[in-house]
Amino acid sequence: MQISLSDVEYLAELSRLEFSDEEAAKMQKDLSSIIDYVNKLNDIKTEDIAAKEHILNLSNVLRQDIVMQSLSNEEALKNAYDSEENYFKVPQLMEDE
Amino acid sequence: MKYEMVIGLEIHVELGTKSKIFCSCSTQFGNKPNTNVCPVCLGMPGVLPVLNEKVAEYAVKAGLSLNCEIAKFSKLDRKNYFYPDLPKAYQVSQYDLPLCIGGYLDVSVGEETTRVGITRIHIEEDAGKLVHTQDGTLIDYNRCGVPLIEIVTEPDIRSAEQAVEFAKSVRNILLYAKVSDCKMQEGSMRFDVNLSVREQGAKQFGTRTEMKNLSSFKMLQKAIEYEYARQVKAVKNGERIIQQTRRWDETNNVSVVLRSKENAHDYRYFPEPDLLPVVLNDEVINSIKTSMPEMPKEKKQRYISQLSLSEYDAGVLTANSQLCEFYENILKEFNDAKTAANWVIVELMALINKSDTSIEEIKITASSMAQLLNFIKDGKISGKMAKDVLLEMFETGSSEDEIVKSKGLSQISDAGELEKIIDEILKNNQASVNDYHLGKKQAMGFLVGQVMRATKGAANPQSVNEILNKKLNN
Repeated sequence: MQISLSDVEYLAELSRLEFSDEEAAKMQKDLSSIIDYVNKLNDIKTEDIAAKEHILNLSNVLRQDIVMQSLSNEEALKNAYDSEENYFKVPQLMEDE
Repeated sequence: MKYEMVIGLEIHVELGTKSKIFCSCSTQFGNKPNTNVCPVCLGMPGVLPVLNEKVAEYAVKAGLSLNCEIAKFSKLDRKNYFYPDLPKAYQVSQYDLPLCIGGYLDVSVGEETTRVGITRIHIEEDAGKLVHTQDGTLIDYNRCGVPLIEIVTEPDIRSAEQAVEFAKSVRNILLYAKVSDCKMQEGSMRFDVNLSVREQGAKQFGTRTEMKNLSSFKMLQKAIEYEYARQVKAVKNGERIIQQTRRWDETNNVSVVLRSKENAHDYRYFPEPDLLPVVLNDEVINSIKTSMPEMPKEKKQRYISQLSLSEYDAGVLTANSQLCEFYENILKEFNDAKTAANWVIVELMALINKSDTSIEEIKITASSMAQLLNFIKDGKISGKMAKDVLLEMFETGSSEDEIVKSKGLSQISDAGELEKIIDEILKNNQASVNDYHLGKKQAMGFLVGQVMRATKGAANPQSVNEILNKKLNN
């Protein structure tokens, strides 16, 4: 199945990514082949199989409500692209009109 | 043309667990930024989140207390959106199989009671906090992963007053159920309002707008009033209401549009593969049900039937879980429920309201107040003295005993001592005694007054009356 260039643009926007025409074309090709691959699942006959809400046959794997050691602030910020004081820092976000 | 508003609420409430929803970081409020964080809540690759059992339990309690059906099978889903308050670029929430479904709450405004339907309650993780500065946006992930429930109502609300009453009632119930501290000032409870207008009596809904993150009852009220007026004006001018998300600007008292990217709501939900479904049977649900404390509605009925309180008094006491707890603690040490109710509702509430504080913050303990009431009951001090003592307890936090001793307060109930004083008064007020015997019964009041004056108000009025009666009628 061929996915359209506008699909690629739409997904890019949702993911806040910017593609050049070249990159978009490559993405279109790659995504199409991924969809084709996954589409093989449609060949399986599933009429007699009940729908599943989760892929594993497990449930109620829970932990107790106990507080354990968190990372130190230094460790937490170690991989951050940018930081200020104790905060992670990202480019300014303008929410309002 | 008359218009009406149609409102549905979404209420986010942080659950009172010690640790986060999917990791063992603390949920404590007010810590230094990014110190309650770990690889799980920072969304690092390769981590495995595990659901906190208390989150499921508290959410079930919330559901039961709001008359919901508890789902036997419930699962978690990923809600995808790209915004830095969530480092994973998705929020773990519940989509098609939430934990609680189909509840309701009856809300009374004035004489009118309305049933507000609750569509669902689901569990999800809270997001981090953003701080916008001149040259960037700062992020604190301490709140990221704090467990939330989201309560979604049906579009059954028709006024700002109803919305506020509903919100207050939900808060009170959740406080009773002990699933959240519901501290508004710490953002533990937040409201989103979906509002549309239509001609009164119309069947169809108008186009709605959504106002996000209202963090107090006052904001909720003002935001609804503003948005209703804005939409009615637009409709009257023949404009079309645009479906959009708006933000309440508290400083200027207006709602403003949040940049409405049409795509922003394409969340591409899918089942969360790292977390397993929650499966509950009747036995588990019933055991949670029986472990729950008495809810305000039942408590109110019990106060009326067992403690013989008036409907009004029972209503006032149960409308505030902390006030109610205070009242019940008084009853542990003082056994006259009606007198205690009266003192709490009339005297204590007057002091609280006048000083603009709240029951959680007062310096008086329930035990101390119980002892004060016992002093009156035992005739140790008069009711009037007790009011002064209560005021001082309220202002200084000293105990009832200390104040009574330091002020040298005591009531004269001793019959022998009173008789001596009364004999003296009778001797000096022969005219009044004669008046009394001539049928002027009001002379009695004068004589009581003289005794009270002679004792500087310390005489027990009841004893004075008894002794005077006896002496005058012999």
